[in-house]
Amino acid sequence: MPGLNEFLILSAVLFCLSIAGIFLNRKNLLIILMCIELMLLSVNTNFIAFSYFNADIAGQVFVFFILTVAAAETAIGLAILVVLFRGKNTINVEDFDTLKG
Amino acid sequence: MIKITFYLFALILIFAASRVITVKNPVHAALFLVLAFFSSAAIWLLLQAEFLAIALILVYVGAVMVLFLFVLMMLDINVNSLREGFVRHFPIAAFVGGVILLEIILVIGAWHKLPTPEAATALAAVPNTQALGLVLYTEYVYPFEIAAAILLVAMIAAIALTMRPHTRAKYQKPEEQVSVRREDRIKIVKMPSETKD
Repeated sequence: MPGLNEFLILSAVLFCLSIAGIFLNRKNLLIILMCIELMLLSVNTNFIAFSYFNADIAGQVFVFFILTVAAAETAIGLAILVVLFRGKNTINVEDFDTLKG
Repeated sequence: MIKITFYLFALILIFAASRVITVKNPVHAALFLVLAFFSSAAIWLLLQAEFLAIALILVYVGAVMVLFLFVLMMLDINVNSLREGFVRHFPIAAFVGGVILLEIILVIGAWHKLPTPEAATALAAVPNTQALGLVLYTEYVYPFEIAAAILLVAMIAAIALTMRPHTRAKYQKPEEQVSVRREDRIKIVKMPSETKD
């Protein structure tokens, strides 16, 4: 069985890949949403690894709630994306500047 | 043997994740994300989290990724204009990602008292789904109900955001019907009487 640090390093690599993905695809809103999903996946892997190695089920309960909230977040994010596409006919992040932020 | 399985699935997971962020077509990115979820579920199985591994495949591969692909194929996206700046941003992305990875690995390496797999035998006594259910409906029952409410709110919000009012539908306005006056509806025209022929 691999040790805890192997699992932690795996999820760290996954987390950094998704951060780099947000930098690389900063125009494409859909890929940014996918990178957020990958980030949550790596965090969940951390929780499950700690739950296994500490013999504590609370980590898995936490992952359960993270999965719930992440599913809700994806549904609302995609709904906002569809509404934005209807209004602007693009999903380029740089075109969403009506708030002059 | 478990170690070989772990490294195999870890390599597939990292390969799929790197393809998600570099591939040109968003549909391919979504499919690679499905592969990442699958190999991640296999790694969760190695950690004896059977219920969550199956839930990840059912909920994410079965529902969330289908929603992603549905939206992707419904929208007519110009891929090429979204790829601008990919090469320009590559150095900064690699730098930030590399620095964060280095920092996390340093923290993990500096940690002397990592828990060992021997502590894990206590969890295996009860089936995973049973163990999860035993705490979920007793100790965590209020968070569980809040999670249900969050899902309901998300469902209503997604429908409310994307629903368009029917502009061609015709409605009655009772207040206008009630407040109508005689002068609004009929008009008496004075004209001379006409003779026959």
